[in-house]
Amino acid sequence: MSDMTSLPPSQMLTDLSIENVAVVYDDKSIIEGIDFQLSAGQIGCLLGPSGCGKSTLLRAIAGFEQIATGSIALDAQTLSEPGFVVNPENRNIGMVFQDVALFPHLTISQNIEFGIQSWNKSDRQERTRHLLSLVGLSGYEQRYPDSLSGGQQQRIALARAIAPKPKLLLMDEPFSGLDAKLREELVPDVRAILLAEKMSAILVSHDQMEAFAMADQIAVMSEGQIHQLASAYQIYHKPATRFVASFIGHGDLLPSKVCGPNCVVSDLGEITGQTDHGFSADQEIDLLIRPDDILHDDDSEFTGEIVSKWFRGSHFLYRVRLASGKVVYCFASSHHDHSIGQSIGLSVNLDHLVLFPRDA
Amino acid sequence: MNKAKSMPFLRPNWLLLISVLVALLLALPVMVILTNVLTGQANVWQHLIDTVLADYISSSLILMLGVGAGSLLLGVPTAWLTSVCRFPGHKWLAWALLLPLAVPAYIIAYTYTGLLDFAGPVQSLIRDLTGLSYGEYWFFEVRSLAGAIVMLSLVLYPYVYLMARAAFLEQSANTLEVSRSLGYSHTRSFFKLALPLARPAIVAGVTLALMETLADYGTVKYFGVTSFTTGIMRTFNGFGDAAAASQLASVLLLFVTFLILMERYSRRRISYHSSGIRKASNRKIELTRQQGILAACVCFLPVLFGFIVPALQLLYWAIFSAQSIDAAFFKLAWNSLYLAALAALIAVLLALVLAYASRLNKRPTVQASVTVAGLGYALPGTIIAIGIIIPFAWLDHQIIAWVKQAFEVRLGLILSGTLFALLFAYTVRFMAVSLGAVQSGLGKITPSLDAAGRSLGYKPLDVLRKIHVPLLKSSVLTALLIVFVDVLKELPATLILRPFNFNTLAVRAFELASDERLADAAPASLMIVLVGLAPVILLSRSIGSVKTH
Repeated sequence: MSDMTSLPPSQMLTDLSIENVAVVYDDKSIIEGIDFQLSAGQIGCLLGPSGCGKSTLLRAIAGFEQIATGSIALDAQTLSEPGFVVNPENRNIGMVFQDVALFPHLTISQNIEFGIQSWNKSDRQERTRHLLSLVGLSGYEQRYPDSLSGGQQQRIALARAIAPKPKLLLMDEPFSGLDAKLREELVPDVRAILLAEKMSAILVSHDQMEAFAMADQIAVMSEGQIHQLASAYQIYHKPATRFVASFIGHGDLLPSKVCGPNCVVSDLGEITGQTDHGFSADQEIDLLIRPDDILHDDDSEFTGEIVSKWFRGSHFLYRVRLASGKVVYCFASSHHDHSIGQSIGLSVNLDHLVLFPRDA
Repeated sequence: MNKAKSMPFLRPNWLLLISVLVALLLALPVMVILTNVLTGQANVWQHLIDTVLADYISSSLILMLGVGAGSLLLGVPTAWLTSVCRFPGHKWLAWALLLPLAVPAYIIAYTYTGLLDFAGPVQSLIRDLTGLSYGEYWFFEVRSLAGAIVMLSLVLYPYVYLMARAAFLEQSANTLEVSRSLGYSHTRSFFKLALPLARPAIVAGVTLALMETLADYGTVKYFGVTSFTTGIMRTFNGFGDAAAASQLASVLLLFVTFLILMERYSRRRISYHSSGIRKASNRKIELTRQQGILAACVCFLPVLFGFIVPALQLLYWAIFSAQSIDAAFFKLAWNSLYLAALAALIAVLLALVLAYASRLNKRPTVQASVTVAGLGYALPGTIIAIGIIIPFAWLDHQIIAWVKQAFEVRLGLILSGTLFALLFAYTVRFMAVSLGAVQSGLGKITPSLDAAGRSLGYKPLDVLRKIHVPLLKSSVLTALLIVFVDVLKELPATLILRPFNFNTLAVRAFELASDERLADAAPASLMIVLVGLAPVILLSRSIGSVKTH
């Protein structure tokens, strides 16, 4: 189901290569048929609701879970195969944990130096000094973890994980324990730090805004499978499956009927895309409509009744009931203040049609 | 969803095997008692019912009722005053109120007997002052059921105090301020809000005190009160009737089971009742000068009578019987110390094995085994001892008979009447204590700490050495200390299971006191109390106002 074919061939040369991986507990597959690639220096994200298997995949990459099928390889070196596991300590893969997991009995500098004991002392100190300034916590060397705030602890956890210069950094929901404001501050910082260190990384998240802000490549996961692997722009505008369409952003599926090679007809009239959609004539299909695809237009012949509304400052977001009873989102500029129950004219502004065949 | 899962290749099945084995072994005494009930002869039952059973049940019930009331009376008001109010000495009293925990009930019992009986200083003083002589005045008879209730309450109220104090501290000041703002006075807030909120914790504390009451042998024996423990001992030692003794033990077990269930139930309710905000409030009620003095007195009385008076009396006697501290005394002390140290080591080692088994293997079998292994804490030493001596004696007879037949050699006792049996009993009784300490320490080492160590290049054994050992050290030391002190104080199981001619401080103190040689018993008792202070100090530090670091 992955969307690999849409990637240009040059990006197929990857550092991390996961092929057809499955993890099984007690005869039950937690993840299955996983294909995933990440190029050197890129940041990837495993995005999905809780229980979709994203953490299991991450732990398989880290070497904490054995795989039942397929292979995991880094820099052309096989790390995991059925019955074969390179131990976590020998993988050269760093990890940042949801609960931070700093060693409470060690100082900040001892925590950061934990993974680079084999380095000589001056190199160690230099690395620690460099990392502390990178994460903005110079001068905290002798403090203990519990004297730091949540955000500071997570920065130290990041510094500790990247201190040994791992080939790949894994981050398991690293921001989920932080409040919204701190998260907004930390996410771009972390991306900047990873770019500065030229570090490949994979982030596990259930928060799409976090994924959009961090990742070059996003794998949207559900029920143990990857539905789509693509850039944030692609998964928003060209979702590969119904699940991706509904999980990413706001959107509604509008029942429609094919009326031409690049055209469908729905409650909102005939809509024509720029490219052929490949469905046969008169086929019943669903059209993905985002809030920004429907505009308030007094001149339009199509109308809908306002069900609810939110004032968002720069614009209004309306829920509008169409003639067929289907309810969709609609953006309107902030001086178009209508009350609930009122009918407003609607027009569609779409040039790429996202269509899914109707379920049987 | 799988964050809690541990590394599959660190999940060997031998952990399962070991934990099941340990659990079965530790459950042996109870299983022996229970099978004796099921296979016991009906006529023994009938005999027990006809003669002593009603007596045992009624006096044990009165004892429980009395100690329950007494420990509530001493524990709850002091807990509330020290946690919510500010008065002269409130900080000092908050930990001093724990001191009676260091005094075993049988020691306080004979100390007060010495103080209050006819020849004691108190009655002598009354006679001197009033000119009355024997029989012409009424005086409280310490050696009675009522006396036992007072003695046990004086040393067991700290269980209630500890639990209630924790509950009161956890109630946020906001809750009380809300109630004030709704027009409730301090007093009404206490009865309408603070007390009901703390009730599950208080009930849990009372059940702990009652378990100790049921387990007590020294006090009731010394005071001549008929209870289950004295009855079991009498049946077993006096009549050598193991079947009747174990059937009596099974009735006692019924009482204990009821208390365990009650304790479990109230502990579950504690979590419902806590607000989730665990920050202890430092906003306290300022008492007026008179109220403050009254509060200080209320809090000082239990300390005075539960610790200071008996400790001073023991010290006085010990000084006057200092010549009795001879080689025999040091032998006694050495016996006690190495026995306690050995038992502590065994209990903590097994606790470590069980705690790691339950961490690494989440199977229900392992979890159930760990629970079973910890059940002994509620069992009176007498039950455990009877449950051990019956199978051990049987095994010994089998082995001796077999060896005699096969090799024509006469063997002595191998299991029963040896230190092995004694250490086994201690392990059963105090496993829960060490398990609790070790598990709470291990619980703070989250699985992701392990994973972090691994991903930073450390092998499992190095993770154990560099992360687990330093983080677990203090909990393991705590566990060692608590088991050590508990073993030192233990009386009934030691009395039943000790090898011939083998004495400990506790046994010797009890024997001397029973022979009315109270002063001679003082050095051993004083030593037990002093060693017993160590875990109390540890405890008082952990309940201290705000934790640093």
